[in-house]
Amino acid sequence: MRKSMVVVEGSYAVAHAVKVCKPHVISAYPITPQTHIVEDLSQFAADGEMNCEYMNVESEFSAISALIGASAAGARTYTSTTSQGLALMHEALFNASGMRLPIVMTVVNRALSAPINIWNDQQDSISQRDTGWIQLYAEDVQESADMTPQLFKLSEDPDVLLPSMACMDGFILSHVYEPVILLEQGLTDEFLPTYSPEFMLDTKNPMSFGAFADPSTYTEFRYKQEKAMGEALRKIEEIANEFKDIYGRYYGGLIDGYALDDAEIVIMAMGSVIGTIKDTIDELRHDGESVGLLKVRSFRPFPADAIRAALKNAKVIVTLDKNISVGKNEGALCTEVKACLHNTDTRVPVIGFMLGHGGRDIPMSMIKKIINKAKLVEKGIFVESEFADLREDLA
Amino acid sequence: MKLIIKTVTKPGSTRANKTGAWRSFMPVFDHKLCSKCGICAIYCPEGVVYKLENGFFEPDYEYCKGCGICANECPKKAIKMVLEGK
Amino acid sequence: MSLLKPGHRGCAGCCDALAGKFVLDALGEDTIVVSPTGCLEVFTTPYPESAWGVPWVHSLFENAAAVASGVEAALKALGRKNNTKIVVIGGDGATMDIGLQAISGAFERGHDFTYICVDNEAYMNTGIQRSSATPLYASTTTSPSGKVSFGNPLNKKNMPAIIAAHGSPYVATASVAYAPDMIKKVKKAAEIKGPTYVHVHAPCCTGWKFEGSKTIEVGRLAVETALWPMYEMENGAVTNVRKLKNRKPVEEYLKVQGRFKHLFTMEGGAEVIKKIQAIADWNVKHFGLE
Repeated sequence: MRKSMVVVEGSYAVAHAVKVCKPHVISAYPITPQTHIVEDLSQFAADGEMNCEYMNVESEFSAISALIGASAAGARTYTSTTSQGLALMHEALFNASGMRLPIVMTVVNRALSAPINIWNDQQDSISQRDTGWIQLYAEDVQESADMTPQLFKLSEDPDVLLPSMACMDGFILSHVYEPVILLEQGLTDEFLPTYSPEFMLDTKNPMSFGAFADPSTYTEFRYKQEKAMGEALRKIEEIANEFKDIYGRYYGGLIDGYALDDAEIVIMAMGSVIGTIKDTIDELRHDGESVGLLKVRSFRPFPADAIRAALKNAKVIVTLDKNISVGKNEGALCTEVKACLHNTDTRVPVIGFMLGHGGRDIPMSMIKKIINKAKLVEKGIFVESEFADLREDLA
Repeated sequence: MKLIIKTVTKPGSTRANKTGAWRSFMPVFDHKLCSKCGICAIYCPEGVVYKLENGFFEPDYEYCKGCGICANECPKKAIKMVLEGK
Repeated sequence: MSLLKPGHRGCAGCCDALAGKFVLDALGEDTIVVSPTGCLEVFTTPYPESAWGVPWVHSLFENAAAVASGVEAALKALGRKNNTKIVVIGGDGATMDIGLQAISGAFERGHDFTYICVDNEAYMNTGIQRSSATPLYASTTTSPSGKVSFGNPLNKKNMPAIIAAHGSPYVATASVAYAPDMIKKVKKAAEIKGPTYVHVHAPCCTGWKFEGSKTIEVGRLAVETALWPMYEMENGAVTNVRKLKNRKPVEEYLKVQGRFKHLFTMEGGAEVIKKIQAIADWNVKHFGLE
């Protein structure tokens, strides 16, 4: 363990990262498993370690709404939530993005009710895919923390001005104790410039925010949002590299590969399952199998070009999804990967596996089972998409 | 003119929309009856009844929608609503 | 000149436009306005135009109080609060129905802002549907009078009491028909530190079905019949009421509005009007209006 490392809970590492980003307003409502992040932030505020307004609001809906007001007034703003809380924010998420407010939120990924379940999957943030928020998915605690200043920098970029979600798997990352480097204040000050928006609610220069747009202008607002996502696509990579220069850590920009270049079977996934997949690949590569990993770090904007380029040598593509679009029998990553390959020369099977819902564990044996199924594709047995970890006794 | 889409709009820019065209009846102010109380200006929903230098009041017909509140509220009955174009 | 500029698309004789104008007359340039969705929001800001001469923000229908509390927190954190007044101007639906939770939260947290409810007693922006502010036996598009109905069967929610119960230092009722009184109350509310509330009765010519020229006249009748009591509450106690000299029977208020027309034509209407008179009588007794 490096000397500057400390063993802390994932939530603490994230809260500490938020603190060094010096937000002006934090507004949050408690919900498992996000609670430890906001408890730690409250403690920082109570100890005078943060010069910020910490608002204990009466719902997630008001948490995001207060930040819409605060961000419009020119403040750097942060919140964190999960699952039902994120679903409750849904309407305001579109609003924050449409108003181009660079709010940053840690989503501690958790399953959605019913049945009520407090454990991890990614149905919550995936279900907010079309709200116009940037979504990055973290592989481990360090990346979850490091994403925070990266996303403030990205969201506040005048060419982007979109809110963003740092997605970290609930419990698996939020409650685990791992050795991490807590973000240094000095380096963060160097990396993240102070927020100075061009427009804000200012009585010396009155502007109107949130006007009513009729059919003659509405389309162009949407188009501009999409253009800004395009800018974000370019800048995510740029900011990841700047982060590397200052802090010395890098997790990929939009995507990242592991044993990828010569791999015939490529597994694609997002979030903490990446670690399990890497360990599995190490074993399988040792046994001479041609398996690699393509980690998707940015789900919105979706890095279609980068994914196409990374998959050009693949023979079989396997997607893992901790979510399902009920009625499509597919997870979102599977659908998106298929769609992005359609108008290309890459004509290889994409098979989707849904797993890890509601906190069901994903052991290495499960990854191996999936890879064995992927091998059958070469013999012509083809599964479009299926649940990988069904309990036969209950199904 | 190319409209640059921004998330903000400029203050007071509805002035470009001349709502006087909505009017069916126009208020006509009779200064002989007026007591200069200013109630007409206070209760104008458009905020377009202005005090003149001589202390009397007149509406800005570019924006007056002809609602008739000023005529209805005038304690001296100094404002008459007259059909447009007559 | 008013800080709410002309050219807006409010109806001729609009009560919301009057209320907005009076609020800005009371508070001046150093004011930030938060509007929930509603008539006032829509007709003042058709992109790329805005009628507002002060900073203004609209987010959603049900979150204006939360947005305002965020604006206040931001100004404090940025060291820009100084004497800037933050005011919400919202309709009765945004205030008393869909936005009630956010208002409760903002008042409980004690932000320094003023909430103005412009109460025209139904969802006018969507076409005159009933809200919890709609008075007893008013006909709206979702509580219409009919062969077996006298219209809205429920009493108006007592919103000022709900706000007062939150410990607000200042709660007042006002009317667009009494401009100097309303302006005075809005000013007082904004000058008092903490979350304050002014509930403004606002006759809507389109929704209540009377001629636009009568907006002020109808508003006056509501006060003169004691159906709209005007009072101030400081720290939960009523400290001032507007006394009535020659109280008028409620019929005088009801008969000038299309929304109550059925009470004068339907069999049994007279009995129903007595129930409305009882509300006025209760107001007189409860607030000591005479």
